[in-house]
Amino acid sequence: MSGNTYKTAPPHTGSTAYINARIVDPAGDNEYRGAVLISDGKIADFGPNLFASGAPYGIESVDCRGLVLAPGLVDARVHTGEPGEEHKETLESAGAAAAVGGITSLLLLPDNEPPFDDASLIEFVARRARLIKLVNMYAYGALTVGLEGKELAEIGLLAEAGAVAFTDADHAVGNAQVMRRALYYAKAFDALIVHLPQEPTLSGGHMTSGEMATRLGLSGNPPLAEVMMVERDIRLVEMTGGKMHLTKISTAESVAAIAAAKARGLKITCDTAAPYFALNDLAVGDYRTFGKLVPPLRAERDRAAVVEGLKSGVIDAIVSDHRPQDQDSKRVPFAQALPGGIGLETLLPISLELVHNGHLTLPQLFQRLSSAPARLFGLPGGRLAKGAPADLVVFDADYAWQIDRTDLWSKTKNTPFDERPVQGRVMATIVGGRTIYRDDSFVTAAAAA
Amino acid sequence: MGLPRLPHLLGIEGLAPETISGLLDLSENYIDQNRSIDKRRDMLAGRTVINLFFENSTRTRTSFEVAAKRLGADVINMDVATSSVRKGETLLDTAMTLNAMRPDAIVVRHHESGAVNLLSQKVNCAVINAGDGQHEHPTQALLDALTIRRRRGSLEGLLVAICGDIMHSRVARSNIHLLQIMGARVRVVGPPTLMPTDIDKMGVEVHYNMKSGLKDVDIVMMLRLQTERMQGTFVPSISEYFHFFGLDHAKLEYAKPDALIMHPGPMNRGVEIDSEVADDLDRSVIHEQVEMGVAVRMACLEALIGGRRNALVGAVA
Repeated sequence: MSGNTYKTAPPHTGSTAYINARIVDPAGDNEYRGAVLISDGKIADFGPNLFASGAPYGIESVDCRGLVLAPGLVDARVHTGEPGEEHKETLESAGAAAAVGGITSLLLLPDNEPPFDDASLIEFVARRARLIKLVNMYAYGALTVGLEGKELAEIGLLAEAGAVAFTDADHAVGNAQVMRRALYYAKAFDALIVHLPQEPTLSGGHMTSGEMATRLGLSGNPPLAEVMMVERDIRLVEMTGGKMHLTKISTAESVAAIAAAKARGLKITCDTAAPYFALNDLAVGDYRTFGKLVPPLRAERDRAAVVEGLKSGVIDAIVSDHRPQDQDSKRVPFAQALPGGIGLETLLPISLELVHNGHLTLPQLFQRLSSAPARLFGLPGGRLAKGAPADLVVFDADYAWQIDRTDLWSKTKNTPFDERPVQGRVMATIVGGRTIYRDDSFVTAAAAA
Repeated sequence: MGLPRLPHLLGIEGLAPETISGLLDLSENYIDQNRSIDKRRDMLAGRTVINLFFENSTRTRTSFEVAAKRLGADVINMDVATSSVRKGETLLDTAMTLNAMRPDAIVVRHHESGAVNLLSQKVNCAVINAGDGQHEHPTQALLDALTIRRRRGSLEGLLVAICGDIMHSRVARSNIHLLQIMGARVRVVGPPTLMPTDIDKMGVEVHYNMKSGLKDVDIVMMLRLQTERMQGTFVPSISEYFHFFGLDHAKLEYAKPDALIMHPGPMNRGVEIDSEVADDLDRSVIHEQVEMGVAVRMACLEALIGGRRNALVGAVA
């Protein structure tokens, strides 16, 4: 992708019309041929009839030639190496990868070195994001001090500094009393707690339990370790009247338990990450450490259940769970490899498989990728609405290509999707009206228009 | 019958029955040689074999060393305890360093499953897996098969019980693959806490007591209780384990009257096997297994790096 460019750009002023677009409106749950008018970084108008008789005179206009135009992706689960492990990923390299992936807002996990359990770290991220001028960046605050699951972090002060939700990242809080207090305490600030449900005493294995783990001789992490924690959390939410977002749901039983909790009216929402509906444990067959994730890739029946959960809406959102790891962390025996995969640039094409395979419509997909995460975390983007920030993505939904890890913008190349053929490619990413990424072929079209 | 070309020997899983019988046939040639006064041949003269052992092992390393030397190879034993690996060098750096010294084969034992596969991707000599974590130990399964074949004529149709700590055993996994590939039926017997998840999907019968597990079996393979790999409690006590799962004459009664007793060693006497049974010369073939080990490893070295390799490979490659 060396020919394409991402760039920082000054604030958008004046007006730009994106015409001839296939507009995907998640809120209206529909798509149509139409136009979007951006003024001063915000969506001024949009609809099927706007500029139907041609581009207006005197306004910069971009002919989308029938490409999809949708709210930019809001990725609620991103880890970078800044601060602490900048050789793996910086906020700038993550911002660039996000721009290339059509992501306009991302939410940074707090498990850096140091962890985000102090308000100054939240302010650091906000300041760096302002300087980098790429995508919108928000941060989680730590739920407990040092992410150790013992003492509550300063949830109120972190929230005041701008933390949008609270989590211990990939560490599950095993102590029920700590989680109960956190849910109670967070109510005072209407703070959302995000939890990775894994019973810690059962989830020490290196891949999902089952035949593949047995053949490979790797210790297993049983799928039921997830639903046990989901069920505990459901009871704690019921007890406290708090609210919780469960993340990276990967098993059939968890989807069923959350569906039942939602039906009872509890304030529980959840997401899954792209690998859990696109891959199963065969991906670690040959000890491929790029497929070593937390939670581990599951069996095919679980993957299919996650797809069903996305269809039914039990699973509200899709995240990339972007976690860069360098060669030293991955080119070691499987049990010693650090878990995690990068995902910013592959989130959209992998998620589009759900559309191409007939599981979701495009508007439904953008509910999971954009509008739902924005709503859950109280972020301004992720929707088409007059006055909303002009955070948009233009993409070719059918463009066929093959993921090649060496072409990715992230500093590390640990994608579990290497060599996967996909359909769908970002042509432009617009944040606050500024075009921060444009594919070469789209530059030509825009210039010609 | 030619052996298909084996670039490495990483595991039994996926090997064709012809490859396994070919290796066993080749091994037979070496048994008499090993029993004669002049044990040495020069087939591997001028070739270098490195024994790279990340895990302590006296038996297997010695067996490989004897095998390579009897074929005339130069053998270097890498003692990892005093090497740069302890100074933080990664597995792949070690592999590439040794590779640069142009060995013909590296024999690797490592405590992590998959480590030998990983190493084999980074070298351009033959790699023999001498045991990786809880994954595979192919030469052990081959020597067990050779021992059984010589006693029973064939593996086909035999009923074999593998008993004890299945979960932590690479020997069990390699044997399950090999025995089934060669047409034997396999039972695994042990407490449920030492059974890996979904082991039945590998085609074996699962038994939680010795009475039903040993009923009418032709071969009893005992495994060592690998306490060093255990995190937490898997069995309440050694005495309880021996009471229910240790092989003694009383439990051996359940098996066929002429059933053979095998053990990959080293044995924990009084833990998984009673001394009287282990030393029963009529039934126990434990020392024969050790003898066959050298022959099998000579055959593997020949198949991978032997001078006759081309002749063997020619028809297939």
